[in-house]
Amino acid sequence: MMIRLALWIIGALLLGGIVHLSTVLAMPTAATQDAYSRLSQLTPVNAVVPLTAPSAKDSTMPFMDPAFAVAVCRYDLSTGALKLRAPLSQAYTSVTFYTRNSVAYYAINDRAAGRRAIELDLMTPEQHAQVPEEEDVTAADRLIIESPTVRGLIVLRALAPEPGLMAMARRTLAGAQCRIEPVPTQ
Amino acid sequence: LFVGSCFTLILAAAIGLGATWLTLTRGVAFGALTIGAWTAWPKSGSVDIDPYARATIARTGELPVGTGDGVAFYAHTDDAGNALDGRCAFVVNGMTPAARYWTLTLYDAQGRLVANTIDRHGFTSAEILREAGGRFAINIGPRARPGNWLPSGGIEQFVLVWRLYDTPIGVASLTTKEGPMPAVARKSCS
Repeated sequence: MMIRLALWIIGALLLGGIVHLSTVLAMPTAATQDAYSRLSQLTPVNAVVPLTAPSAKDSTMPFMDPAFAVAVCRYDLSTGALKLRAPLSQAYTSVTFYTRNSVAYYAINDRAAGRRAIELDLMTPEQHAQVPEEEDVTAADRLIIESPTVRGLIVLRALAPEPGLMAMARRTLAGAQCRIEPVPTQ
Repeated sequence: LFVGSCFTLILAAAIGLGATWLTLTRGVAFGALTIGAWTAWPKSGSVDIDPYARATIARTGELPVGTGDGVAFYAHTDDAGNALDGRCAFVVNGMTPAARYWTLTLYDAQGRLVANTIDRHGFTSAEILREAGGRFAINIGPRARPGNWLPSGGIEQFVLVWRLYDTPIGVASLTTKEGPMPAVARKSCS
């Protein structure tokens, strides 16, 4: 009898482990309050939209850094590759790319960009494969990023080193744009 | 046999879902880097993020700081392990690892900013008042203090987040020795 009970409990533990692992793995696809879902209600697709500054009353996402002006481009690459251009503020500007499930797969800051603006092309691996090879090589300064998912988020952040500089940081991001460039077909 | 399998299934569901709930509400993740009271998960800002951190982020709705951007250190207690109680006075002082900019922000346990009369939620490295030698002290508490005062609004539990932007130190190899993080100490409780 005791052995039988012990076996049932071992079975329950094993099964419980499977339940635990599968729920953890399923969470990113099942979540309804993740960053992409929150932003879907606030932002159009393939356009840079400024987010309201977080305050004690209201914040688009938890743990937002209030020292930064933030703008978001919620992208969908199903109709073509995306061109992103973000002017740089005087202090510190960064652009981070997230998959549909909030995985940060690429981030670049103003110093790494080394120019007056961050300019790059975002495409799916399939779209990248279609880029003519000569074009890929000759345009050495053309930065191409591959998105692991068709949809995702580009988050542009400009630092306001002190509160008085927030307006300037917001103005800088207002000049940013992302738009779809239909893939040329030969 | 029927009773036994029912018992097993119910127990399995309870164990599995209980473990998931526990790990996600506590923010369990692998690859934690702890320096004093501060803990960072550098892998959470890259594609190497582990399934637990992914699930936690999906549930809370936050976006982690990308590895090419910076790294975020979280503190829920002081160096001695006292909970960060908004009714107590704390002092944060010392030095930070090299970074082009850093910000320190105070949140409640859910990641919201805390209402206060002077509308201050944190400091940046550019606006902090420093002593000679670059050291600084930040007073955190419910009542106004001279110098760098970060109001905690008297809430029961607050969280400090130290974000280092454009840091030259390879965060993956950061050790306690290379990365001196500021000390957090409780002064008094009212």
